[in-house]
Amino acid sequence: MKELMLGNKAIARALYEAGVCFVSSYPGTPSTEITEEAAKFDEIYCEWAPNEKVAMESAFGASLAGRRAFCAQKHVGLNVAADPLYTMSYTGVNAGLVVVVADDAGMHSSQNEQDSRHHAIAAKVPMLEPSDSKEALEFTKLAYEISELFDTPVLIKMCTRVAHSQSVVETSERTVPEKTYEKDIAKYVMMPGNAKKRHPIVEARTKNLIEYAEKTPVNREEIFSNEIGIITSSTCYQYVKEVFGDSVSVLKLGMVNPLPPELIKNFAAKVKKLYVVEELDDVIESFVKTLGLAVEGKNILPRVDEFSQNLIARAFNQKVSEGVKLEDNIPNRPPVMCAGCPHRGLFYSLKKRNCTVLGDIGCYTLGAVPPLSTIEMTLCMGASIGATHGFNKILGEKSEGKTVAVIGDSTFVHSGITGLANVAYNQSNSTVIILDNSITGMTGHQQNPTTGFNIKGDPAGKINLEALVKSMGINRVRVVDPYNLKECDAAIKEELAAPEPSVIISRRPCALLKYVKHNPPLKVDSEKCIGCKSCMKIGCPAISIKDGKAVVDSTQCVGCSVCSQLCPKKAFISTENN
Amino acid sequence: METKNIIIVGVGGQGSLLASKILGHLLLNQGYDVKVSEVHGMSQRGGSVITYVRFGEKVYSPVVDKGQADFIVSFEILETARWLDCLKEGGQIVTNTQQIDPMPVIIGAAQYPENLVEKMRAKNIKVDAMDCLSLARQAGSQKAVNIVLLGRLSHYFDIPESAWLESLKANVPPKFLELNQKAFALGKNFAE
Repeated sequence: MKELMLGNKAIARALYEAGVCFVSSYPGTPSTEITEEAAKFDEIYCEWAPNEKVAMESAFGASLAGRRAFCAQKHVGLNVAADPLYTMSYTGVNAGLVVVVADDAGMHSSQNEQDSRHHAIAAKVPMLEPSDSKEALEFTKLAYEISELFDTPVLIKMCTRVAHSQSVVETSERTVPEKTYEKDIAKYVMMPGNAKKRHPIVEARTKNLIEYAEKTPVNREEIFSNEIGIITSSTCYQYVKEVFGDSVSVLKLGMVNPLPPELIKNFAAKVKKLYVVEELDDVIESFVKTLGLAVEGKNILPRVDEFSQNLIARAFNQKVSEGVKLEDNIPNRPPVMCAGCPHRGLFYSLKKRNCTVLGDIGCYTLGAVPPLSTIEMTLCMGASIGATHGFNKILGEKSEGKTVAVIGDSTFVHSGITGLANVAYNQSNSTVIILDNSITGMTGHQQNPTTGFNIKGDPAGKINLEALVKSMGINRVRVVDPYNLKECDAAIKEELAAPEPSVIISRRPCALLKYVKHNPPLKVDSEKCIGCKSCMKIGCPAISIKDGKAVVDSTQCVGCSVCSQLCPKKAFISTENN
Repeated sequence: METKNIIIVGVGGQGSLLASKILGHLLLNQGYDVKVSEVHGMSQRGGSVITYVRFGEKVYSPVVDKGQADFIVSFEILETARWLDCLKEGGQIVTNTQQIDPMPVIIGAAQYPENLVEKMRAKNIKVDAMDCLSLARQAGSQKAVNIVLLGRLSHYFDIPESAWLESLKANVPPKFLELNQKAFALGKNFAE
């Protein structure tokens, strides 16, 4: 059956068709929908793991047990899971094990733009790279065959434009291959004596995979011209075809690790001028150069940001339209915390106290943008706590009374618990604020170990954050409602003043959660409003100033009343009684 | 047939994903190759968002670049202006006239430009502008702005109304179907 399908959903479909029985992932844009869509198939056990490392280890266990297994993560997630990945390359698999890594060239929703092909090379595992939904489905199924044939985990590299684009796929039925687990200490216990014997096996496997890469149909030539030849992969292939159609020859690589030297040399011999078109790093181009071939690529194309058809056309000196613009200055529209976001009140309190806020990964990173502008550092999952510990150890009394770490509930479980263990163990006088909005917010509402529900929304185990924190030796733990500014302010003041580590849990569910009941929108009594703009300090997208007075956009306001706590004239009134 | 390009622009959370889903479904049923490209994640938090819909005999790139859009479908007038350079020469704009202040305007760091529709028309750009929010409320829900816009867009397509309505039916929950059919008709039959 033909249907239009998101790249990520096509991978989930492939998991179903390939007979995958186990999926464990941690959400991360642009990979999240793979696991969400897989969870809609009753035949596949799916779960959200606390982080990518645990997800990958769990998938490994399932493979060991004899069933095809899978995990997905964004590019930076693979850094977290790199530890198991690099040694799974040595142990190999039992049933097929496929790992998706979704890169985010252009950083639509990421903190860096790293190129995951380097992981495939360094871990010595094969990597396939689809260029649309149809290939996402086909390549994922092929990846399971490669995994079992070559006894290796297989990486599939997605990117935002393949993951989040819908194109036409054809689906088929599910078949489940089964294997049995057999004890094999020499293969699966990676202590030095065994690992020394496995490494040569990995090197031999790479040689075999190169032979495979020379012949696999996912690496294909499209010969139309003997003038220009372009080696490309993924979404860049689509841009190249968009610009050149059938006027140039193309070597489209569906397998980007290991690369096929003979295929590339043969292709190069068929054209007068050879180019590589690849986003981010010059991985293919560098390889082509090691073959002694003359090639152009990064001398005309950037190493940063995602590509497009116009960018490629320009690099090849083709004229492109720049479109029409108005003379007006068009103000930016950066993402903002939603109206009613429970993080807003807390960040306002931190700003008022002029705190040094070391942040983390989640919606609350938006606490760094005006007018709140409170977060001063964001690095990676969990770094807020580690960095606050180091910061306070160096600056001591100069920072302890004003520095806080802010971290979301899901991020805390992912990588914050170990940071807090360090605070408790090595006793820095640090204050950590857990922004518990009872969901993994930024990636679009996934459950996590603190919410009490699993991926299907069924009741599950629930970590009690207060008890966990106390058990680690943090004596000062308190819970505040971030809609209550006085309460937030008092807690921040007192915990920063206390001469020992402390944790504040700022608890209120995300305003976008369906089960959250909202108050009616507020409105402004324009007789009372004096236009002092006190309410504008919180950066609520529902409030603006029109003709010198505050006005509330009733389509956005959820009646959280944080603004009214700032109004000296009590001008915000409920629309309920009117 | 040359590939046709539509961009759908607006503010994160306004409902552009449903609009692109309905369009994609419709165009696939009309026998075209189709690609739809969306953005998820951080930009959905009230930021400027763009969705690309491309259809034709064979579609390669999933994105639409500057000077390439046959249609701009816009949920908000400042966003229409922001993405104006995507429009192809002779292309058509279908836009909501609603204004949503972005944060730099809210905090007084920038001004919301005025008379955007008139300024576009002064450049001989074809702009079909209407207050979709009022029409959506008239249909029964302010959330139906996306369907009002689709109704208006259908006016420019040589595809039978029944096919649009079939795609609508396939993509909205049954309990909201009537409301959305009304919103579609209000958009389609809108006269300036």
